[in-house]
Amino acid sequence: MKIVVCIKQVPDTAGGVKFNPDGTLDRSAMLAIMNPDDKAGLEAALRLKDQYGAEVTVVTMGLPKADAILREAMAMGADKAVLVTDRVLGGADTWATSQTLAGALRGLEYDLVITGRQAIDGDTAQVGPQLSVHLGLPLVSYTQNLKIEDGYVIAERLFDDRHHVLKVKMPCLLTALSELNEPRYMTPGGIFDAFQKEVTVWGRKDLVDTLDSDLGKVGSPTQIAKASDKVRKGAGTQHVAEDGREGAAYILEKLKEKFII
Amino acid sequence: MALSDYKGVYVFAQQTDNKVDGIALELLGKGKALAADLGTEVVAMLLGYEIGDQADVLAEYGADKVVLVDHPYLKDYMTEPYTQAISAIIRELKPEIVLFGATAIGRDLAPCVAATVHTGLTADCTKLDIGDFPMNPIPGKETLHNQLLMTRPAFGGNTIATIAIPDFRPQMATVRPGVMQKIAPIADAKANVLNFDAHLEKNDRYVEILDVVKKVSDYVDIQDAKILISGGRGMQNKENYEKYLRPLANLLGGQVSSSRAGVDGFGIPKELQVGQTGKTVRPKLYMACGISGAIQHLAGMEESDLIIAINKDETAPIFDVADYGIVGDLFQIIPPLTQMVEQELAKKKEV
Repeated sequence: MKIVVCIKQVPDTAGGVKFNPDGTLDRSAMLAIMNPDDKAGLEAALRLKDQYGAEVTVVTMGLPKADAILREAMAMGADKAVLVTDRVLGGADTWATSQTLAGALRGLEYDLVITGRQAIDGDTAQVGPQLSVHLGLPLVSYTQNLKIEDGYVIAERLFDDRHHVLKVKMPCLLTALSELNEPRYMTPGGIFDAFQKEVTVWGRKDLVDTLDSDLGKVGSPTQIAKASDKVRKGAGTQHVAEDGREGAAYILEKLKEKFII
Repeated sequence: MALSDYKGVYVFAQQTDNKVDGIALELLGKGKALAADLGTEVVAMLLGYEIGDQADVLAEYGADKVVLVDHPYLKDYMTEPYTQAISAIIRELKPEIVLFGATAIGRDLAPCVAATVHTGLTADCTKLDIGDFPMNPIPGKETLHNQLLMTRPAFGGNTIATIAIPDFRPQMATVRPGVMQKIAPIADAKANVLNFDAHLEKNDRYVEILDVVKKVSDYVDIQDAKILISGGRGMQNKENYEKYLRPLANLLGGQVSSSRAGVDGFGIPKELQVGQTGKTVRPKLYMACGISGAIQHLAGMEESDLIIAINKDETAPIFDVADYGIVGDLFQIIPPLTQMVEQELAKKKEV
């Protein structure tokens, strides 16, 4: 069985956010990690490898420094890694990103594709589903508890108030939540091996059946009109309570003033 | 076909067990306002099996027209038949704007539809306006009017971005539940229904549903609550939510909710969680008790009409959004407050 896992290097949102003058993200200025949902997807793939035997390939689209998360994935147990990087791919929205990944995956063999549900920088949850459409694969979003039986994936698909148990013919695409599992740590031997292994680097010319008009900033239907730091409505009145009763009386007065009671 | 030939604001009328969900009505409320700005109509897309009786509900909440696709394949939500049906409607009827709820269904369906019809999609919007793109004129660049400007938080609420889709139609967005307002229902409204044949055909992307497992919930949806008494890390344990917050919530006819710290730390049920990874709420009163106010929490409650916060730490970020911030010990303040509210309500009854 061959499994491809799509992963993304994301800025750690705990470290603050910086913009380029055109409103796109200045990724080079921020600390970078493997996106948590993607790591859960990788862990799910590695568990299938442990259980059934599989070759796991990780793919990322990003800057050359995204090499770091591919090495991390191999240190966790991934067998192969592909970095898709090219100047013309920059500034992509989810349409252009999913087209790029589709072009890369057409050059790989797979029975199963796993992506994270969403990345913590964009929070869109769109690339996985859009990739499934471009590749013509059945989609299971928000997957938990998956197993494989005779060429079918049996998986639970989470909704707000229920889950569906789905039977899906392979090849198919699953999106994983970080709640799905607890990703394993890199092993010392794995880290050593990861830096011996080769990362395949692909550019625009290596993407299969892909139009220039679907890639990068020019291929992105969405455009940023404005990006800014969040402006909060601002603090109101602060009151230091003398004691419990006084604080309570103050709140009671406000509840009456505002016709809550 | 020119982009200006695309007309109408269409909303996906999500339903569960053949009952229209609240988010569909919220989208109709916003869709109606956008349609008024554009001088066009708001249309609900209702998909399901033996679902026709829900069309009038959509009319009551403002739908000028209901496009109905009734088919056995659409009984329970499945990605592929729903994607086929919505994509067929878009290709045939050519809407200018299509809105979905940012729910576990909408966040699956909308990207598949956008990829199928080749257009842009903005996720998890908190604000939608009609305006110019670029927003401020740029010399040498044409200013386009009547564009959908979609505003959304990113980076866990650290930033906001406004997005436009100037060169493709329809302009598509998913909208967070709890952010838009439904209209007051129009009594006895009858739907203007268009029965639509989407020519659904099974293909390799169809999946089989082996089982539907419903979660039984003992809780009222906190998004429907007018008053929320919410606890955080400062509550110290689950029992204190019941002991301190529940009685006050009951008196005021409200519900108890929680920050993520209470869910992860004290075992408060996840469906009571307010915030970026929980629910967005905008009640009349949000009382934050022992909640420090992480940015992800603020993103889920800062649109509340009145915010009162009680916290020991005068530098807690919750005070940055609170209308009234009380620096003090919640365990000392809430019991007398509950008593005072009770007396006040009793007094009112007598009058």
